[in-house]
Amino acid sequence: MQISTLVLLLLLISVFAFYTSQNRSISVAGKLGGIRSLPSLPSYYGAYSVLFTLIPVSIFLTLWISLDQIVIERLVVDKIPQEFVPSKSSDYELMVNRITSISEGIIYADSVLAWQLDAASHMQKFEAISRWSITVISILMAALCLYWATQKVSVNFNARPVVENIMERILLVSACVAIFTTIGIIFSVLFESIQFFRKVPFFDFVFGLEWSPQTAIREDQVGSSGSFGAVPLFVGTILISLVAMIIAVPIGLMSAIYLSEYASLNVRTIAKPALEILAGIPTVVYGFFAAITVAPVLRDFGESVGLDIASESALAAGAVMGIMIIPFISSIADDVISAVPQSMRDGSLAMGATHSETVKRVVIPAALPGIVGGILLAMSRAIGETMIVVMAAGLAANLTVNPLDAVTTVTVQIVTLLTGDQEFDSAKTLAAFALGLMLFVVTLVLNIFALQIVKKYREQYE
Amino acid sequence: MSKDNRALIKQSLKRRNRAERNFQWFGKLGVALGLAAVVLLFVDIISKGSGAFRATYIQLEIEYDPEAIGILNVNDTEEFIFANWQNLAKKSLRDLFPEVTKRGERRKLNNLVSEGSGFDFRDQLTQNPSLWGTKETLWILADDDIDTYYKSWLDDDPFSARLTSEQIKWIDQLHNDDLIALKFNTKFFERGDSREPEQAGIKGALIGSFFTLILTLLMSFPMGVTAAIYLEEFAPKNKWTDLIEVNINNLAAVPSIIFGLLGLAIFINFFGIPRSIPVLGAIVLALMTLPTIIITSRAAIKSVPPSIREAALGVGASKFQTTLHHVLPLSLPGMLTGAIIGMARALGETAPLLMIGMVAFIVDIPGGFTDPATVLPVQIFLWIDSPERAFVEKTSAAIIILLSFLMVMNFVAVYLRKRLERRW
Repeated sequence: MQISTLVLLLLLISVFAFYTSQNRSISVAGKLGGIRSLPSLPSYYGAYSVLFTLIPVSIFLTLWISLDQIVIERLVVDKIPQEFVPSKSSDYELMVNRITSISEGIIYADSVLAWQLDAASHMQKFEAISRWSITVISILMAALCLYWATQKVSVNFNARPVVENIMERILLVSACVAIFTTIGIIFSVLFESIQFFRKVPFFDFVFGLEWSPQTAIREDQVGSSGSFGAVPLFVGTILISLVAMIIAVPIGLMSAIYLSEYASLNVRTIAKPALEILAGIPTVVYGFFAAITVAPVLRDFGESVGLDIASESALAAGAVMGIMIIPFISSIADDVISAVPQSMRDGSLAMGATHSETVKRVVIPAALPGIVGGILLAMSRAIGETMIVVMAAGLAANLTVNPLDAVTTVTVQIVTLLTGDQEFDSAKTLAAFALGLMLFVVTLVLNIFALQIVKKYREQYE
Repeated sequence: MSKDNRALIKQSLKRRNRAERNFQWFGKLGVALGLAAVVLLFVDIISKGSGAFRATYIQLEIEYDPEAIGILNVNDTEEFIFANWQNLAKKSLRDLFPEVTKRGERRKLNNLVSEGSGFDFRDQLTQNPSLWGTKETLWILADDDIDTYYKSWLDDDPFSARLTSEQIKWIDQLHNDDLIALKFNTKFFERGDSREPEQAGIKGALIGSFFTLILTLLMSFPMGVTAAIYLEEFAPKNKWTDLIEVNINNLAAVPSIIFGLLGLAIFINFFGIPRSIPVLGAIVLALMTLPTIIITSRAAIKSVPPSIREAALGVGASKFQTTLHHVLPLSLPGMLTGAIIGMARALGETAPLLMIGMVAFIVDIPGGFTDPATVLPVQIFLWIDSPERAFVEKTSAAIIILLSFLMVMNFVAVYLRKRLERRW
């Protein structure tokens, strides 16, 4: 049976469970003078049996589905004669993939060795067994649990606390998904990075000045050995982010000041959402804008004034990224500026300061921690931004601080190293995870730091 | 105050007022630059992409002659499938321009119509075999280079770099005979991806986006809402809760590409979920949007006044009943708004999907949650990477469609907020 049909069936069973238990509780209570003699409302008895039917089965199903492939693979490989099982892990995976393809009928039998065909038929057999047993076991399990749960319905049994307790646990679990995600991220980048640092020393990676990740695919191949010095990427990332900040910070800040301090309500209600449109535009659109419109315009402009601007210059990518970040900075700045108490402004104005002097000498200094926090958050956004640089910045890892040259960034390299099919344990793919680790750590530190500043600042004026 | 001081102040007042005016001007300039960026972006994309909704068609008289395409028996399926269907269009073009005889020129002539038009003939005759032997006047899709030239020529700014002078002459002739025209490009909405720009459509990407987004919503909304309810209503104030909270705030700011790495390492390599399928994309996007949904849902729950809870508790409801029967319905509009905004973000997201193989070149339109698929923003990315000039137009058109979806979603969110949200 298909998994989706099975899930549907189980849901039907649970609906059935709800109504049988509910009705049972009503009929049990009916003999003793109505449902007021029950310790819980009838629907709680229904909910109780739904929970007790579904939870065990769904745990079982999840475990089975996530583990059955691994178990089947083991069982099939055990049946293969020892001499055919390769010891190298990549060859081993290749063999397993081939057998899976044969058993799924993607590769036709005439190009296949006898033992592979044998293994494939074993695989088919095991898969059939797995499918049957999962159906039978889960339905049996659901039926048993259902029976047990309905039997528990009585006037002496209070279902509500039990149900609420379980529900609260379920809520807790979904709140923990965020933690699991973080753990998953750390694991996924850390493990591969450790493998990478076994091949390439950590300090060569962090302080190396040359980045050319092309490695020989086969061991006997003559090719570049690949060098993984990430400094050009870090410099490129920082360069593009700086260009972005140079554009975004003044524009964002000035528009926030104008909108919160000077603009009339009408202007504010129109201009603010209009600026925020920029925040809702997908990054791939900015990438398109940078690559197709801004970069050629900049290059042509450079030619006309005698400057040599690369068509994938850091300037184009950075400028467009800056546009993307404007609303980010302006909305945070707006928040913190509005949080400055009016009494501080009034005090300054009463002393005879002009409005701009008040803003410059009183409001901005008071709001400065919040603004700095916002800028740091924007910086982390710029560093982690991917699509704009993938589309508008180059691939060549030039170590330069000239924004008119083409540079590459950490995120661009992650994308280039990981798109397409590659051997998973080569230094090249692992390097992407090491870069991911760097990116994660840097943005995390920036975020924690910035959020701390913003939070402290908010508390100060609350 | 002495006279000196007063003079001094009067003197400086001029400077100070000037500074005040300048400062205001800087502010206005900031807002104007920001708004100019918005306008520039939209004008640029709309001007580039609006052309793609219309395509160049050439009117040809097609004779469905089985011999011309090498079919001896029209009922033989193999012959039928492998026949040279393109020849039908070629033959008709030759009849139109009998003076073209040289081999090279003929090839240029054949290039006027799209490479893929043969498949259309095949589909038509599969559906309607009675057409064999008849003649039909049809508008056939032109090749992308012709399309680019013809559109630019109509705008008085011809781009002829990829055409020969003969081809330009032929187009002139066709134009004079009213045999070439711009028509609404239905293929763009009916097809999947293609290597031929004129044949490429966004239906595959749209359907892929739809499947992915539905699953994302189904996963992240319930999870986000329950997590928010727990954190706001049930969680005890302790270290663990603080940890969860810090975690959520940080996850919201983690670069999206990192979620792609998570999908690749954990879900593809560890759990063995196949690449390129909407289910996988949805898992990654759901984890990515989860923090946003939790944060907005919490804000919605917070805005429900405590008096509601106290009243419910006061008449004997349990804490769970209070939450389920009163707090949740009252905060649901706010949560929905958050969910829509989260979904809008997921719809525009590209980077993590590149990591999990949703960049594959997929021609077929996905039929389910486990068919290989691509999504709209990734399709845009793929098209920009293509060298053909005509893809720029396609890309802009796809962007226009993507942006209109996002706009609709945002408007719905704003409308819901205005309509349903209660002020206490």
